[in-house]
Parts: sequence; structure tokens; C-alpha cells
Amino acid sequence: MMTTNLTLKKPFELNWKRILFWGSICALSQVFICLVGLPSELNRRILIESTLSLGYLFILWVPLLFGYVVSKIVKLEGIENPKQGAADLLSGALTGLLGSLGLVLLMLGIDNLDMRDPLINWNPKLFRLLTFENSISFGSLVWIPVGVGLGTVGASLHQMSSQIRKMTAYAMFGLFSFAVLEDVIGDLSEGFRLEWLSDMIYAKKGGMTVTSTIVLAIVLALLPLLVQGKFKKTVDRYRSEAKPEDKRRNSVVLFSIVAVLVLVLPWFLGRIVNELLANVGLFLLLALGLNIVVGLAGLLDLGYVAFFAVGGYTTAVLTSPNSPWFSPETHFGISLLVVVVMATLAGLLIGAPVIRMRGDYLAIVTLGFGEIIRLLFLSDWLKPYLGGSQGITNIPAIDLGPWEVRGADPRSVFYMVLAFCVLAIYVSWRLQGSRLGRSWMAIREDESVAEVMGINIVNSKLMAFVVGAVLASFSGAVLAAKVGSVFPKSFEILVSIIILVVVIVGGMGSITGVMVGSLVLIGILGGPRQPGLLQEFQNFKLLIYGALLVFMMLKRPEGLVPTARRTRELHQEEYLQDAWLGDDESEDREEVGEQL
Amino acid sequence: MSEIVKKRSKSRVSGVDKFLTFIRVFMATLIVLGVVAFIAQQIWPDNPFAEWRNPDARGLTGDQFKGLVVSGLSQGAMYGLIALGYSMVYGVLGFINFAHGEVFMVGTMSGWITSEKLNDAGLWESNFVLSLFLIILVAITTSTTTAVITERIAYRPLRNSPRLIPLITSIGVSFFIQNATLGLFGPASKGYPQLPKWLSKQRSILTVEIAGTKILVMVVAALSMACLWYLVERTQTGRAMRAVAEDKEIASLMGINVNRTIVITFGVGGTMAGVGGILWGLLFRSVTHMTGFLPGIKAFTAAVVGGIGNMGGAMVGGVFLGSAESIAPLVILEPLGVPGVTQLKDAIAFTVLVLVLLFKPAGLFGEKLSQEDRA
Repeated sequence: MMTTNLTLKKPFELNWKRILFWGSICALSQVFICLVGLPSELNRRILIESTLSLGYLFILWVPLLFGYVVSKIVKLEGIENPKQGAADLLSGALTGLLGSLGLVLLMLGIDNLDMRDPLINWNPKLFRLLTFENSISFGSLVWIPVGVGLGTVGASLHQMSSQIRKMTAYAMFGLFSFAVLEDVIGDLSEGFRLEWLSDMIYAKKGGMTVTSTIVLAIVLALLPLLVQGKFKKTVDRYRSEAKPEDKRRNSVVLFSIVAVLVLVLPWFLGRIVNELLANVGLFLLLALGLNIVVGLAGLLDLGYVAFFAVGGYTTAVLTSPNSPWFSPETHFGISLLVVVVMATLAGLLIGAPVIRMRGDYLAIVTLGFGEIIRLLFLSDWLKPYLGGSQGITNIPAIDLGPWEVRGADPRSVFYMVLAFCVLAIYVSWRLQGSRLGRSWMAIREDESVAEVMGINIVNSKLMAFVVGAVLASFSGAVLAAKVGSVFPKSFEILVSIIILVVVIVGGMGSITGVMVGSLVLIGILGGPRQPGLLQEFQNFKLLIYGALLVFMMLKRPEGLVPTARRTRELHQEEYLQDAWLGDDESEDREEVGEQL
Repeated sequence: MSEIVKKRSKSRVSGVDKFLTFIRVFMATLIVLGVVAFIAQQIWPDNPFAEWRNPDARGLTGDQFKGLVVSGLSQGAMYGLIALGYSMVYGVLGFINFAHGEVFMVGTMSGWITSEKLNDAGLWESNFVLSLFLIILVAITTSTTTAVITERIAYRPLRNSPRLIPLITSIGVSFFIQNATLGLFGPASKGYPQLPKWLSKQRSILTVEIAGTKILVMVVAALSMACLWYLVERTQTGRAMRAVAEDKEIASLMGINVNRTIVITFGVGGTMAGVGGILWGLLFRSVTHMTGFLPGIKAFTAAVVGGIGNMGGAMVGGVFLGSAESIAPLVILEPLGVPGVTQLKDAIAFTVLVLVLLFKPAGLFGEKLSQEDRA
């Protein structure tokens, strides 16, 4: 796959095999994306008024990516590497061309063959989308130049000066964020009485206006020129030179600014965005708990949803008047105490049988426990106690004296979740450096060595399970009060997997990473049942989560915001190699940062 | 040294061990009680012990019991076929290929598409044997291709990373395949066409009433198992596979192409899953994008029950799990007075997994793993 030409290349010598390989993969992926239904479904979401919808974007990034891939040259140490040249641009263009040919074939196929029986997206809707509601020849005339152009652009990314590359990246990524964050920005500007701002950027029917796109693109592209790495330099200088007292004072200031922002901002936000933030918070709480189990202690718990369910059901039984068997209708605060006890018990019960198992068996067995618990909640056997598939409804709002936390008022839920999240972050942060946290990390890295060092493995692992369980059960309790009901359907295995994706994408073991992960993933794509900013993704969320999981594991197993220790662990071989080849580490790191 | 460490850590954590012993004793008692109560009900329906927990239980008639055993066996045969894939991959690479259930589902799905087309063409009715052969061929091709492609894209680059990394990757692959299938073919449940009468009718063999489809399932499963046995034990390729499972480095020193052997292992696992997929389609006659999930986990359970890496064990484990799943709810839980026992079928399968790992972590027939994988 990664064949490299070690000799110097002639200017227009093309590696046909490579181009054909990547070109056909490009075509296949474009056809696959079309047939899965991404473009037709996402076409509703307009990014730039009357120019670009999310659906088209999903076809367009493919030639860009493969153009980039096909012209990539693996750099080898100690050998004169071939220079990027016009040949590479040409191969990028050809790859894009092949991709577009795939689309043309698809159009011809839809027009002439009827394959609608198994393939549900083999329909006129997709055809109209691909031909721009015109004829096939028109569609081909558009797609072929577009594919060639994007392939060339993708290939030229290697040859741009880093300054231009940075500018393009800022512009593209910034525009994408602006388009995606339409709801939030609109909401915010409304809250601050700045409606004119959002009116200026966005069109009435959704999507950005063409003028604002161009203006924003220019502004965003100029941004790196203005900043010129000053920001990074300041941070670096600060990190290396500042006195401890200064650092402490500054972090207090920074912390208070963030705190004030988080506390005040919800008042300027509308219902939908507040709801979104509440969901993000709920999943952040779960992810922080799983981060302790998976990230710190290295126990891959796939049945994490069980603890979430325990929290939800305990709250439901204790506070709801509709609980079929035992309904004391206690206050949320009291039920929370019981929730802690129950979660601890559940953590011990599930943890004790599995801690001696090999890591991968542990994963499957915990997954089994998660399913067992859901099936029990669902069964007729426990129906007299827990309501079976009808669940428990009518869970009252949380009464906090002057305030009330209820699902109809997402802002209150957000504050409630925020309180729990702050607690969870504090606990995780303090635990990380504690004796227990260090022993978790030692167990994660090498169990036998940790044992020989005198760490009580069984107790430490059990503690990880218990702490994780308690955090998850808090999330479950708040969810129950927020939604007002609990059903076995809300506690499917899917929840565990999505939280796992959040933790892994963010960075295992890194608190900041988990925060970023849940904000980006849950906020934009949404949770298992909760829609995110891009509600159109509802049906494709899991597809993307799955692909993301594979991608992260292959390309960046340490996550977006990794911890130094974890990175070293996962890239041990490369580090050793770098040390052996001489110290080129700093250069490599910069490259990684740029790719992001 | 490690013995001493183990002893010391054991003496220190007696609490957990006591708890585990308690679970073991408790579960064993529960099973024995259930079985005894069931037997008591069968022999002497009015005895107080049988009526103690569940006065309404009527027990099972002989025919009902035989029916349960037969459906358990046929389902178990399929679990066994899928389990082989888990077992072989674990034996060779030492990780759980979570996406294997999806490989099975892809086989069932492609079988559905082909059978639908054949049914439209009329071949399904006029020449069922030929169309059966065709759909099995298509399913095997699709499943094998899927398995090999996932290996190439997702697992090969991760061959030397920590054990959990490929497992997490395979979870991602599993979700990707599941939802890609959902996107391509839609969420509706797809029905296989009607089977011909001569196949699906009830037959009586040695006083056991059994549907012809189930006989077919068992025969095909047994045949595939025999082929696999021949491949692994009697051919050059099989010897290479066993060598790679034992020690990759030394195998490659002996002139074995390790990469190729691993691809073959995935391919053979995919083939078995494809056959299993068609059998599933014939037996239950419906398939959705979620078809692979539960059978996949259960097949993994079967592989663990039989001892992971052990192929005969995987097959026996599958049959054991299938029968346990179909018999245990009515024999153990019903006499203990648990209502709605058939809903707990899946929970039983997971409980079997937990129990096997508690009582005998190496499985019933012992695991066959290389030294490094066992660590």
C-alpha cells in the first residue's frame, strides 16, 4: 500500500498502480456514502445558502482526502526523499477523476437498473441530488471537474508553504464551525440582543449567506497571519518561565473567568441550546466516570450503562408515586444518598467477579452484566417491582427550596448537572495524583509489576469500579428527574459504547480530553437518544461513531487531548526509535499539531 | 516467585474470594434446586417440594422436552459455527474480534438478497437445492470478503499494540458494519422466502418430532465442521495456522508466511460465519441489521465455554450453550417460580458466560493459546 519510490522520480512519472488503487477506493467510498443515504438525508441541512448543503459536503470531502493520501510520500530517515512535484498533483487529480467516474456510473446505474429492492437509497431522490435536478450529462459535467479540482487541491496540500496551509485550514475549519454552530450563534446573539449579527451571517432559510461566507473566509484566513504563533509562544514562555505563585494566581483567575462564563451564559441561551448543554453535561458525567475505569485503571467496562440504569431506577423507585411496589416518595436529596449506596453495591457486585479476569474477558463479561441488568428490568419477573417495559413514570421534579429542577426548564437541569460535573471533575483531578490514582495507572501499565510493587490490585480495581459506578449513577439519577420517567429502553448497550467513544476520542485518562470529547461528540452529533446540533445525523450517528472509533484507534489512539504518559505508553516504539535516530522528536510533534 | 506473590495477594484479599466462593455456592445451589424441583415435578406432580415455589407449574411432557432439546441443538450448531471464527482469531492473534457477529449478519443479509432474487426468478421453487447451494456460495463469499477486508484495514496495523486496542477497534468496526447495513438496506425486518414443503415439514426420527429444516441445519453444521477439521489437522495450511497460533515469530522463521496465514484464518472464520448465516436465515427466516449482535456475543460465550482457541471445544460449547439457553429457563427457573422465563433466555446465555469464567476460566476442554496470549 505504502510503496515508496526510493530513487529520484522523473517529473511526470506516475505510479499508476497506486493511483488506480486509491482512485477506485475513492470511487467506492463515494458510491458507498451515497447509497448509505448520507447525502439524501443530510441535504436538508444547508450550510451555505443555495450553494452547499451538508449532504453535498459529505461527497465532496472524499476526493479531497484521497487526493491528499495518494500523493503522500512516506519520509524515510537517512535517504534522500523524492521531492513533491507536478506528478503528485496529477495523481491527485486522477484520483479525483476516478472518484467522479464512480459517481457517474452510479447515476447511470440508477437511471437504467432497478435495484431498489435491496438498496433503499437507489431511488430518484438520490438521482435528482446527484444530477442537480438536471440530466446525467449535466451532473457528470459538474462532478468531473469538481472531483479533479478537489483531488488536485488535496494533493497540493503537501506542497503549500505551511503558512498558506494554515490559512486554508483556519478558513475551512472556521467556516465549517460557523455553519454547524448556526443554532448556538443565533441563540447567543438573540440573548445578547445582537440579532443583526446573526441576520448578517445567516440567511433566513438557514445556512450562511454567500457574502458572509466570503467575508468570514477572508477574516479567518488572515487570523493566523495576525496571530503569527504569538499565542503559542506566550503559552510556552508562560509554561517554562512563570513562577509557581504566578501560575497559581493565574490559574485561579482563569478558573474564575471560566466559572463566571459557565454560570452566566445559560441565561443568554435559548431552550434548545440549554437542553443541548444539559445533555452534554449528563454524558460528560458518565464519561468522567468511565474515564476513571477505562482511562486510569485500564479496565474496559462495556457494561457501564448498568450503573447508569441503577442510578435512574433507584431514583425512580424512591421518588415517583407511580412506582409499582415500593414508593416512599422521598425527596431527591435522600434518594441520592440511596443511589450512592446502591451504586457502590452494584460496583462491588459487578466488579468482584470480573477483576481477576483477563482484560478482554472483562470487557465481554461486563457487557454481559449490562445486558443482564437491562433484561431483568425488562422481564415479567421484576415487573411487579420495576414496571417492566412500561418503566416507571411520573418522577417528580427536583425540589431545591426556592428553585425547582425539571425537564421543562433545561436551564435548571444544566445547573444541576453542572454541579455534579464540577464534583466529578474535582474528584477525578484529585484522584489522578493520589496514591490510588497512581496505583490505577501502574495497574493499567503492567499488572504483574504493580502487584510486585506492593499495590493491592484487587482493592484498587474495585475502587475504580465503585467510583465509576457512583458517578454514572448520579448521571442516571439526574436523567430520571429530567425526563420524568425511566424505561429499560434508555439503558441499552449503545450508551456504554457511545460513552466509550467519547472517552477514547477525547483522550483516555485526560479530564480535559473527556470534556472536549463530550462537548464535540454529544454536542454536535448527539447522544444515543438525544439529538445534537446536527439533528439530521440522527440515523447516521452510530455509523459515524463506529468509523470514528476505528479511525482514532488506528491513527491517534491517545485521543485528541492526550496525557503525556498515555502518549508515551502507546508510542513507545516510535519514541525508542526516535531516541535511536537522534532527537527529532520536537519536529515530529509539531507535525502532529499541524495535522490537527 | 509468582506463586508466592499469588499466595500473598490471595491471603490479603480474602474478602473478594469469600464473595466469589459465595457466588459459586449460591449459583450451584440454585441450579441444583431448580433441577431437583423440576425432576420432582416430573415424577410426582403433587409433592410439596415441587409446589413450594411454583404451584402452577405443570412440568413438561416428554415431547415438549424433546422439542426443546432439538431446537437447542440446532441453534447451538449455529452458535458453534460462529464461535469457530472467534476461537480461531483469538487463538492466532489473541484478541476478541467483536465484529465477527457482524460478519455473520452480512452473510445472512446477502443470503436474503440472493434468495429474494432467486425467488423472483422462480428458481427457488423449481430447484431448491441448486438455489440453496447458490445462496450458501454468495453468503460465504460476502462473509469471507468482509472478514478479510476488516482484517486488512482495521486489525493488521494494530498487530503489535496492547491487547485492548484491537478489541476497541473491533467494536468500532462492528458498529460501522451494523449501521452501514442499516443505511443500505433499511431498518425493516427482511423475510426469507417460504421454504419448500418437503424440507420444512415435521418428521419423526426415533420418536423425536423434528422439523426438516433443523435436520438440515445440523447436517450442514456437522459437514462444515468436518471440512474445517480436515483443513486444520490434515493440510499444510492448517499446520501453518497451528504454528502461527503457537508462536508467530518462530513460525515465520520456519518459512511460514504469517500475514497470509492470518488472512486465511480470518477467511476461514468468515466462511463458517457465512454458512451459519444461511442456516440462521433458513431457520428463523428473518434478518435485520441487528441480527449479528446477540448471536455474536453468544457465540463468543460458546467459544469461552469450550475453551478459547480450541476448535472442537467451540463447536461443543455452541451446542452446550444453545441447549442451555433453550432448556434452562423451563427446567431451572420455572420450577423456582420465576414468571415469564422465556424472556430471560438471553440473560441465561450471559449468566453461563459469567459462571464458566468463575468456575473454569479455561473452558470445559481447555484453552489452546500461545504463552504470550495467555498472560
